[in-house]
This record gives sequence, C-alpha cells and structure tokens, in this order.
Amino acid sequence: MTVYAAPGTPGSKVTFKSRYENWIGGEWVAPVKGQYFEDITPVTGKPFAEVARGTAEDIDLALDAAHKAAPAWGKTSPAERAAVLNKIADIIDANVEMLAVAETWDNGKAVRETINADIPLAADHFRYFASAIRAQDGDHAQLDGDTVSYQFHEPLGVVGQIIPWNFPILMAVWKLAPALAAGNAVVLKPAEQTPVSILVLMELIGDILPPGVVNIVNGFGLEAGKPLASSNRIRKIAFTGETTTGRLILQYASANIIPSTVELGGKSPNIFFSDVAQEKDAFYDKAQEGFVLFAFNQGEVCTAPSRALLQKPIYDSFLADAVIRAKKIIQGNPLDTDTQMGAQASNDQLEKILSYIDIGTKEGAILALGGERADLGGDLTGGYYVQPTIFEGHNKMRLFQEEIFGPVLAVTSFIDYDDAISIANDTIYGLGAGVWSRNGNVAYRAGRDIQAGRVWVNNYHAYPAGAAFGGYKSSGIGRENNKLALGHYQQTKNLLVSYSENKLGFF
Amino acid sequence: MPTPTITASVTIAGETVPRVELTPVAVDLLRNLWEEHGPLMFHQSGGCCDGSSPMLFMAGEFITSDQDVRLGQFDLAPADEPSQPLDFWMSAEQFSYWSHTFLTVDVVPGRGSGFSAEAPRGVRFLIRSELMTVITPFAAAAVTDRVGAAAAAPPAAAAAPS
Repeated sequence: MTVYAAPGTPGSKVTFKSRYENWIGGEWVAPVKGQYFEDITPVTGKPFAEVARGTAEDIDLALDAAHKAAPAWGKTSPAERAAVLNKIADIIDANVEMLAVAETWDNGKAVRETINADIPLAADHFRYFASAIRAQDGDHAQLDGDTVSYQFHEPLGVVGQIIPWNFPILMAVWKLAPALAAGNAVVLKPAEQTPVSILVLMELIGDILPPGVVNIVNGFGLEAGKPLASSNRIRKIAFTGETTTGRLILQYASANIIPSTVELGGKSPNIFFSDVAQEKDAFYDKAQEGFVLFAFNQGEVCTAPSRALLQKPIYDSFLADAVIRAKKIIQGNPLDTDTQMGAQASNDQLEKILSYIDIGTKEGAILALGGERADLGGDLTGGYYVQPTIFEGHNKMRLFQEEIFGPVLAVTSFIDYDDAISIANDTIYGLGAGVWSRNGNVAYRAGRDIQAGRVWVNNYHAYPAGAAFGGYKSSGIGRENNKLALGHYQQTKNLLVSYSENKLGFF
Repeated sequence: MPTPTITASVTIAGETVPRVELTPVAVDLLRNLWEEHGPLMFHQSGGCCDGSSPMLFMAGEFITSDQDVRLGQFDLAPADEPSQPLDFWMSAEQFSYWSHTFLTVDVVPGRGSGFSAEAPRGVRFLIRSELMTVITPFAAAAVTDRVGAAAAAPPAAAAAPS
C-alpha cells in the first residue's frame, strides 16, 4: 500500500503551477481577455490552480499557430513523425507516477487506475500509432496497360479536438496520436472540469513537438469550444461528449462542410447466461468481477456496463454473490493505492447521479445496494463521493435508459437468448456491451447480434490499442483506438496518370 | 415579490397536462442569461460526461427537426411585461423513454457542460423528475417479473440498503 502525498504538500509527485496559461505555438500564452477560472479537485472539492479562460480570440491565436506549423509537419516523413510519437511515449513511461497523481488530483479517480491503466495506455497509444503510420501503404491500381491510379494519404491540415473529463489524458491521446501520426496540426480544448493534467503532460513533451503542431486552449464550451468547433479554419472536428452537443458539433461541421467524428456515450448491457454459474470456479469469479466493473472509474466511462442482464435461473444467486462483492469495494482517498473507487469528477455530476437514484426509486426500482452520497470524513468530506449502487428493475425505466455516468447499476432478468438480445438492443445507444457464457457459440452469436461497436466477450473494460472503438446508433460516428482512426485524419489524393503517348481522339 | 415557479405551456398535440417546470432559482438565472444573450432555448441532452442535462442555447442556435419533440414553452417574463418565450426540446427517440416523467429544471453549483450558456457562471442546470400522474409507465407486474423473487416481495425491498 502506498498513499501518495497530496499535491501542495511535502513529498508530492507533482507540483502544480498556481496558474496555467494556454499552450500556443510552443509557448505559454496568457488569455487575450486576461480571465482565469479555478480548477477544483474532486478529491476535496477545493480549488488548486487557476486556468486560462480562453475565448474566440485565443482560439484564433491557436489556429494561427497551427496553420503556420501544419505545412511543414505534414511533409515530414512517417518515420520522423513516428520517432516523435515514440519519444513522447518514452517520456510518459518515465513519468507515470507524476502524471498519475496529477490525473487523479484533476479528475478524482483512484490512483491505482491512473498508474495501471490511464497513463501506460496513453504511452502505448502513441507507440501504436507510430507503428501504424509507418505500416500504412498508399494504394495503386493499373486500370489499363497505360493508365495507373495512385492513391496517397495526405493530412487534412489543421484539426480541432474537444476532450471529455472522464479520462482527461487518455482521451486526449486517443485523439492526438492518430491526428499527429497522420501529419495534422491540432487545436485541442480540454474539458473545463479537468483542464490541467493535459497541460502537465505538455510541460514534459512540449519541446519534442515543433511549435504549433499541438495547441491547447482551455475555457468553457460556449466561449472556447464553440469558436473552435464552428471555425472555418479547421478541416475536421472530433468530439467526445453527449448527444445534444454532438448534434450541435455535427451541425457546425455541416456549415463548413468538414468531417466530424463524435463519440456520444452509451448504456451498455452486460449479459450473463446461466452457464456462467455452472461451476463456482475461476471463470465464475471472473464473471462476478465483470459484473462489479460498473464501479470502475466511479462509473464515469462511456462504455460502463450499467445494465446487467441475468438469465432467470441464476438471477437470485448470481446477484446475491455480486452484491456481496460490490459491498467490498474500497472507497477512500483516491491517492491511496488500496482505494478502488475515488470521487465523481464534479459537484454537478454528483447531483445528477443523486437525481437518478431519486427517479429510480420513484419508478419502482428496488435498491439492492448503496443509494446515497458517501461521506469519507476528514479532508474528503467536501469531495464528491457516491456509494456503489445497485438497482433491480425493468428495462423501460429511465435508470435503464440513460447514461448516469456514476457507480449506479441497473439489473434485470431475461428468459432466453432472444429475450436477452431484445433487451440489450432496446436502447438508443450502441457503444459497448458484455457477453458472458461458457458456450462459445452462444457468446459469438450474441456478440454479433448486439448492436454496439464494442462487445467484450468473457471480459470487460479492456481498452488495448489496436481494438477499434466507436458507436452504433446514437453513440456516434467514427472509430478510435485502431489504424482505422488514421482515415478520420487523412484526405485521399488520387493521381490518375496516363503513360500513353496517344490522344483520346475526342477533339 | 419572490420569483415564482414557472410551468411550461402544453405544446404536444393532444396533450392537456404540462410536462416541464422551472424552479425559482432557474427562473432567476434564465432571466439574467436572457439579459446577457437575448432569446434562449433548451435542448435536453443524453449520454456521456455532460449528458442527461438540459443544454441552454441562444434561440435557434441548435437546429431542431422532426426528430425532436417540443415538450413545452416557458414564458420567462414577469406579469404585464412582453413575453419571453423559451422552448424546451428533446430528441424524439429520447422522449420515447422519458415521456412518463415530469421534469423540473433546477440549478446546482457545477463546472461546465457542453456549450450550455450557464456554465461560465459556475452553475449547471439539473433535471429533477417525478412520475407523471396521468400516465402509467409500466404495469407493476412488468417490474416484478424482471426482478428476483426475494427482491420483489415488498418487505425485502425496504430492507435492502447496507
């Protein structure tokens, strides 16, 4: 067990600056209007740094810098860009604890997750796209004896990216790595709930990238996000967030006739067929853990397995065992490596989760565990903690239909395979899903029949680089985490070449 | 005179009962934001980080379509002053799962949310919900059919938290 010293106290792995400006053109630039906002740590509910409150003027400066950098960066060889990405990965690896503590302080999540997942995955993600860009070939076709069609990948130029707060560094890297590998310059706006950790990363890697290739402007959605998303000086906008803002961003993209990839959340079913409980062995233990993963990252994951579907014959026994397991979740100081569940990311997030617990009860769902705000005492009393919560109910309840983005699980039963698939697909979303069965045929068929972009079979919540990630239905457009993402950041240039000396003969 | 609660007019054809209201603190904030930005609209969001919250935009900023339902229209104006209409929208597919609930727009301290106009003030709109009294969302049997025998028995339900 290790308890990391809180930032601002002796021995902390990270020392935050008292004030963070925007990162533009390879240097720190004060916001044009001179305004800042406080960054609050959800661990204690107290502010710890001031952050630039960027506006359209700052976005313009960032776009200027990006446009200046894009032509040269776009002409570097894939090998040169890959070398830069690999260097970034090495630096992340060499600073895992520091970045992990920064991320935990900014977001509230347990440090065991940032150390073992967020930060190492970020490094690996850069390495994956360093490899992917070097392995990417163009295309050619010999259309006839003297005519050849060549297809080249070209960068789009300058792209905009808007990042969510649930994995502030990792989600930024999911978007940055393919964009940079493909040769684009980026203007990135972090979430205003978690504006600092990505800047701590920039302090480490800023001088590896040519000035202006990555620019970061903080601020509020209306004041900084909108001017970026609606700018006619970007060639693509990428966004992870919710449906209404996703639609608004697609609307801005349509006005500029540019592509947009959007990842908009989910309400992922986690299906347990009866044969899972055939024996109380290691696999049963794994499936039980798979159920309890609703509490991973305090439930603040777009793919959180927030609907558990249990087959009737095992419903009571499987749920009883899982409730006992969920009761053992250790909530506490997020900087303690023994802590399994940290703080929700913000006060309004906490309030929203509590409002869903309220409507769940009113709709007649039955509380099996938790259901209240958690007061962890001491300095943590002001932090945003919620008990792991399990409800039993019916798939038409709002608890089952809305992404609560908290440690709240909705459990229901199904009769047979068809019932399971019908309930699983009765949602507007289609981002993630889980299927648990000892029967490979059933698991395979279910995986194919569920309308979701990622179906975990006999596992959950793994996010290895290389496995494509993205939504069906209202969960969005586009794929990340795989070489397919390169295509979202590239233009296709076709050179149609005639090697014939002879004219067409038309005129 | 204290700020009143404002209930939206009925805007869905064939319906007679309001679906949305504003708490007094929401009314005060909206009147203030109207002074800063002019006419406003709500679109209820779903999913992910900032989802399931009502997003406040300049009227017309968010383009609605046949894929949206207008749940009601508020008039923010105090009595005897020119009308300040504010529509409350939701996507039709989301409404299909929300239609049995009455929504109250409240305000809580918070940080940011999409492009919603109140965020720079350090507050967030929040939806609180009640069951509509005139609509039965699902038969009680539908719920008990889906949960375990132990949980479905009323006494066990009350004993659950631990």
